[in-house]
Amino acid sequence: MQIEMNKALPIHSRFRRHGRACRGHPCESPNGVDARDKRGHDTRYAISMTISAFLCSTLLVTPAGAYKAYVSNEKGNSITVLDTDKLEATATVKVGRRPRGIALNKDGSELYICAGDDDAIQLLDTKTLKITGKLPSGPDPELLALSPDGNIIYVSNENDNLVTLIDVKKKEMIGDIPVGVEPEGMAVSPNGKLLVNTSETTNMAHLIDTQSKEIVANILVDGRPRFAEFKQDGSELWVSSEVGGTVAVIDPVKRELKQKISFDIPAMSKEAIQPIGISFTRDGKRAFVALGPANRVAVIDAETKKIEKYLLVGQRVWHLAFTPDEKYLLTANGVSNDVSVIDVASLKVLKSIPVGAFPWGVVVAPQ
Amino acid sequence: MKSLVAAFCLLLVAVPVAAETVNVKVGVLREAHSRETLSILDIPAADDTLAGALLGVADNNTTGKFTNQTFEAIDAKLDEGDDVVAAFDSLIEKGALFIIADLSPERLLAASNRAKSKGALLFNVSAADDRLREEDCRTNVIHVAPTRSMLADGLAQYLVWKQWRRWLMIKGSHPKDELLAQAFRNSAKKFGAKIVEERVYEDTGGGRRSDSGSVQTQRQMPLLTQNAPAYDVLIAADESEVFGGYLPYRTWDPRPVAGSAGLMPTNWGPAHEQWGALQLQNRFIQTFRRLMNARDNAAWLAMRMIGEAATRTASNDVEKLRLYMLGKDFSIAAFKGVRLTLRPWNQQLRQPILLSDGRMVVSVSPQEGFLHQTSELDTLGVDQPETKCRLK
Repeated sequence: MQIEMNKALPIHSRFRRHGRACRGHPCESPNGVDARDKRGHDTRYAISMTISAFLCSTLLVTPAGAYKAYVSNEKGNSITVLDTDKLEATATVKVGRRPRGIALNKDGSELYICAGDDDAIQLLDTKTLKITGKLPSGPDPELLALSPDGNIIYVSNENDNLVTLIDVKKKEMIGDIPVGVEPEGMAVSPNGKLLVNTSETTNMAHLIDTQSKEIVANILVDGRPRFAEFKQDGSELWVSSEVGGTVAVIDPVKRELKQKISFDIPAMSKEAIQPIGISFTRDGKRAFVALGPANRVAVIDAETKKIEKYLLVGQRVWHLAFTPDEKYLLTANGVSNDVSVIDVASLKVLKSIPVGAFPWGVVVAPQ
Repeated sequence: MKSLVAAFCLLLVAVPVAAETVNVKVGVLREAHSRETLSILDIPAADDTLAGALLGVADNNTTGKFTNQTFEAIDAKLDEGDDVVAAFDSLIEKGALFIIADLSPERLLAASNRAKSKGALLFNVSAADDRLREEDCRTNVIHVAPTRSMLADGLAQYLVWKQWRRWLMIKGSHPKDELLAQAFRNSAKKFGAKIVEERVYEDTGGGRRSDSGSVQTQRQMPLLTQNAPAYDVLIAADESEVFGGYLPYRTWDPRPVAGSAGLMPTNWGPAHEQWGALQLQNRFIQTFRRLMNARDNAAWLAMRMIGEAATRTASNDVEKLRLYMLGKDFSIAAFKGVRLTLRPWNQQLRQPILLSDGRMVVSVSPQEGFLHQTSELDTLGVDQPETKCRLK
């Protein structure tokens, strides 16, 4: 008999394991920073609102790291707003049903929210935190990508094997591109010429010329590709395969697969390692990959592709976002209902911030 | 290091696009399932199993547009007395060397015998019999459906996790009910539960439908379950659908029911929505205007396995695809939260087991804490050291 059973483990201790919030995932910042000691919650919020109101002024001194992050809560039907200086939630906004993919416009004044069960992309004014309208998206939008000029949104529509193009200003659908079964991951190359869509059941990265709107290459990757991300210099495209358990590194110029990165965590079953979100540092030297139910973020040397470290975060980690100063990396943890804050310089997990139910996407505003 | 990386790169292949269109023909050899179900919700539709295969064809053809491959399903439905070999031969004549088989064990083995000389490969999508993966295992049969032992283990792990370790078991009087009961006995032993008493419900014949059925069953089921030793959960072993569905809410003692009714282990149910499953449910409902059952799903998955292997190998050669599916590079996504692979020793698909009451998925096994050195999925069912399978 090769099966070991935790027969002796009483139920309550299992629940404690499920509810783990502090182990390797500190509840308090180790350097004892707590913005609430110095400034009251309301004052602090008022300051950031003032900053938002005077965006054009360059004279205002902003404390380092005072950015706003937005987290979509898949089951909470809400967006949680975080202050990345205080590292706490400052507001929760009710939005449409099943919000997952989110993206900010160029100046951060508007948040685009894929509300899958409402078949729409909602627009959230980030100053007033009010929904101001919606874009037509086709059925069940899940992830979106913006053209570098911010004028076109590309959306994956899982239910009808299409990528939909939306003109942001006119709020009109301006075309669609048939792709593989269950399109999901979306990314646009930094020069805006190449669009990538991943199809979860076809298991391909479809490379699409944004001018001709034609597929120019189909690259087979491992099972259930969910997310695509370009390096900022456009030299590499990484695609994560959730079920295959690997990240494919693609040369977008030669349009071919360069290599696959796989993960090995001691005492963790291979099946539990499910790569999803990918974030590169701006210099392209380091990558962070969220590993889903492995509850870890892999730190990868993006040049040698060697894995440097695994960071323990909350449960079922989906997507990642840097603060613009790259001081922190935020992770949306679907099952533990929180956001982990990774200190990028020390590669330590500083804190977990409780957010809404089943956090999925995360973005940080540019200022 | 650089040369290592370079060597590694050479091994990788781009999308293998065939110069000429590769056509993959898949037969769907299916027998009619009983319409005598306890719940009218379970009466099989005319396109039972076939619909799943057709959805798999549609998915594969979307991918095939990019790889120059086309897929096709050819239906062959057997009535009770029909000769399975004749139906099998007619599929072979139409060029279908991959056969999705929704057959009884006897018919499956007859088809497997016939497949030997024809070079065909069968995909078992419904027969749960462990013997088909053990003493009667065959090289030309891949098992997509889970075994009774996998289903029973999936349920047992959850009941033990719940600390519901004392089971009262009531089994039906048909041979397949005894096979299921034996699977529950084995699971109880394996995971530390105790069957406090076993009872038999004799099938005295007759139909399932009447206009005043509940009046009688409301009186019969308490009698069937009274004077039992202390127990936590009632296990129904009733594959024949004679009494299991009547047990919930009618037991003498207020106890939950599991097994063939109540909390049921299965490979798929129409209420499953996690891990993207909702997308597959939506596609199925939109196309066929009904809900996807366990057989439909297994047929879809068999078709996807064929499609995946054909895509990766750029081939429709039976042996090439079979070897690919058994190899270390093969895995398939099936909306179960983990990748599925084949057990090489008996060609059984490893898979999580859903526990559902028909309306909700209550849990998915393997449960946390049940460990295994190869794959936690191998805590479900007969494992390699115990196998009686010698593939031939």
